[in-house]
Amino acid sequence: MLRTRPLSTSTFRLTLAYLGLFSLSAASLLLVVYMASVRFMERQTRETISDEVAWLLEQYDSGGLGALRSAVSERAAAEPNRRAIYLLVDASGSYLAGNLDRFPIGQAESGSFSSFEVQVTAGGRRLPIAHVAVAEIVTLDGGGRLLVGRDVHDNVQTQKLMGMAILLGLGVMVVLGIVGGLIMSRWMLNRLERINRATAQIMAGDLSQRIRTDGGDEFTELAQNLNAMLERIERLLVSMRQVTDDIAHDLRTPLTRMRSRIEVTLMGEPSAEEMRDLLAATLQDADRLIETFNALLAIARAEAGAQHGEWERIDLTELARDVVDLYEPLAEERGISLQLVGGKGAVIQGHRQLVAQAIANITDNAVKYTPEGGIVTIVTSGTPSPSVTVTDTGPGIPPELREKAKERFVRLDPQRSTPGSGLGLSLVEAVAKLHDARLELGDNMPGLKVSLTFRPAPPAEAVELRHAAAA
Amino acid sequence: MHVLVIEDDRDAAGYMAKGLKESGHNVDVVHNGKEGLLLAAGADYDVLVVDRMLPELDGLNMVKTLRATGNQTPVLFVTALGDVDERVKGLRSGGDDYLAKPYAFSELLARLEALGRRKAGAAPQGGGPETVLRYDDLVLDLLSRRVERSGKPIDLQPREFKLLEVLMRHAGQVMTRTMLLEKVWDYRFDPQTNVIDVHISRLRQKIDRGFAHPLIHTIRGAGYSLRAPDKAA
Repeated sequence: MLRTRPLSTSTFRLTLAYLGLFSLSAASLLLVVYMASVRFMERQTRETISDEVAWLLEQYDSGGLGALRSAVSERAAAEPNRRAIYLLVDASGSYLAGNLDRFPIGQAESGSFSSFEVQVTAGGRRLPIAHVAVAEIVTLDGGGRLLVGRDVHDNVQTQKLMGMAILLGLGVMVVLGIVGGLIMSRWMLNRLERINRATAQIMAGDLSQRIRTDGGDEFTELAQNLNAMLERIERLLVSMRQVTDDIAHDLRTPLTRMRSRIEVTLMGEPSAEEMRDLLAATLQDADRLIETFNALLAIARAEAGAQHGEWERIDLTELARDVVDLYEPLAEERGISLQLVGGKGAVIQGHRQLVAQAIANITDNAVKYTPEGGIVTIVTSGTPSPSVTVTDTGPGIPPELREKAKERFVRLDPQRSTPGSGLGLSLVEAVAKLHDARLELGDNMPGLKVSLTFRPAPPAEAVELRHAAAA
Repeated sequence: MHVLVIEDDRDAAGYMAKGLKESGHNVDVVHNGKEGLLLAAGADYDVLVVDRMLPELDGLNMVKTLRATGNQTPVLFVTALGDVDERVKGLRSGGDDYLAKPYAFSELLARLEALGRRKAGAAPQGGGPETVLRYDDLVLDLLSRRVERSGKPIDLQPREFKLLEVLMRHAGQVMTRTMLLEKVWDYRFDPQTNVIDVHISRLRQKIDRGFAHPLIHTIRGAGYSLRAPDKAA
């Protein structure tokens, strides 16, 4: 048997697809948050710088270059670690004040923000390290230039941390998703595995095997449906096997007889008339074989129950009336009185042809076995359940043989003096089973009483509703 | 009649053709559905005998296709699928009658002839369905439900009336017991005892007794036929 591995199950693939989609949306959300934070920090830095530049320019406006120079010196002195950066140069570019000795290379025109690297000796380190700084440069009216900046190293570090956290989070999510998917598909596989194992055993030939139906979820439902299917397959197989057995049992004899007759006739020098007789006899045998064959097939079909599509509401009284109508002349010819006592409401849901054939077969038997002057009565009734009962005044069947009479090819008359295949009652039994009805053979004192008790048909409205729902 | 037999079992088709020829019919035989469809669509046949299961194009689809082209030639399905529901499928796809294997040749012949005549008589006879059936000196009025022979009224039970009606509608043709069960009782099965014979003999008592010539004839090994002496088939 082919085993499915957890990695290739549909559950796992579904989980992966979902995970991919979810990660993508989570990543874009986090990216937006990240970008917004970065922007916010940048703006804050620039606002601080702009405020300071504005204050320093006020000093310049009110006190000239000298005032500006002392203000810058004072501020720069307060920031030995260059967290805030100041530089003032004159028109020729010579240092006037600040904690930076010269303009960073490539520093552009005034009035704009730019970023550059500054060397910082922080945290008690010997060697200076490079930090990123952002600064605004202003050209003064007198030709000098002023640079005010901030060390944004901490901001950059924070941003880096945020990025790391986001990546880590996404990674954890993916790993958890994959593990969860594996666990889920493992669980699904376990549920399916039980069904698969049972199916494999059934395929290996053990048709009586059934799948366990504990739980109550959709897998239980699947198991129940599979079991119902198996039940039906088993029933079909049993019925097929029965047909084969029956054919072997009862068709062999007439076929052998037919064959011997032909063989023996051909051994001599048959006259034209002998040939004609042989063919006529063979034709008759063939007809009887066909009849038996058809009867067996009808039984097998009724047992298989393949004809539910043709089911309809049938009134047993109507059906019985037709049967009486069909058999009445025959009964009269034999001096038998055939009567119908029709009850009301004997309505069932069933296969019209098969039920009619069942009633006809029971009536046929009754008329066949009732002696002259006898009475055959068909009674239909709607209460308590729809039923047809045929009683006769014939010899009846002893109680110990009644079950046997329903079997195929069983003819209780050992001489086989009456015509028939011995299949009549078997068909009735099969039709009864198909309709979930009960076939009972009883005593009419004297005579035989055969009754078929059906389930009542569902109310007409219910049937119509179901039809409407189906349409 | 001109009959086209479409049957893939060559032996069966051969016997069928031989039997039909001996019964005075003109027969063509093909062994697959495609050829059958071509021939059936091309030539004017009176009736087609179609096996349900054919190579290349199966019987059901062949007849469906044929009907889609507007061809209304009567079709008799012959099949090993004798199920009652299979029969319904066959008739729904455009078949006119259905015969399950194994069958008696007389049954096939009777059904074919019934279908062939139907085609011949299918031309509209002007103004609605007929209400009075006449054959020889027999008159059956479907509305007043009265029957007369040579002007003498005959009293029939409802079922006898129906039986006579079916025989008259197929006058001159052979009606097998199975066909009578189907048309009069709507039974698609054969009862264990042959009850039709008794019904016919009752009908005979009323229709033929005391008249110059019998109308209801027993056709040995096949069934019954309503025939007047001057219209012998």
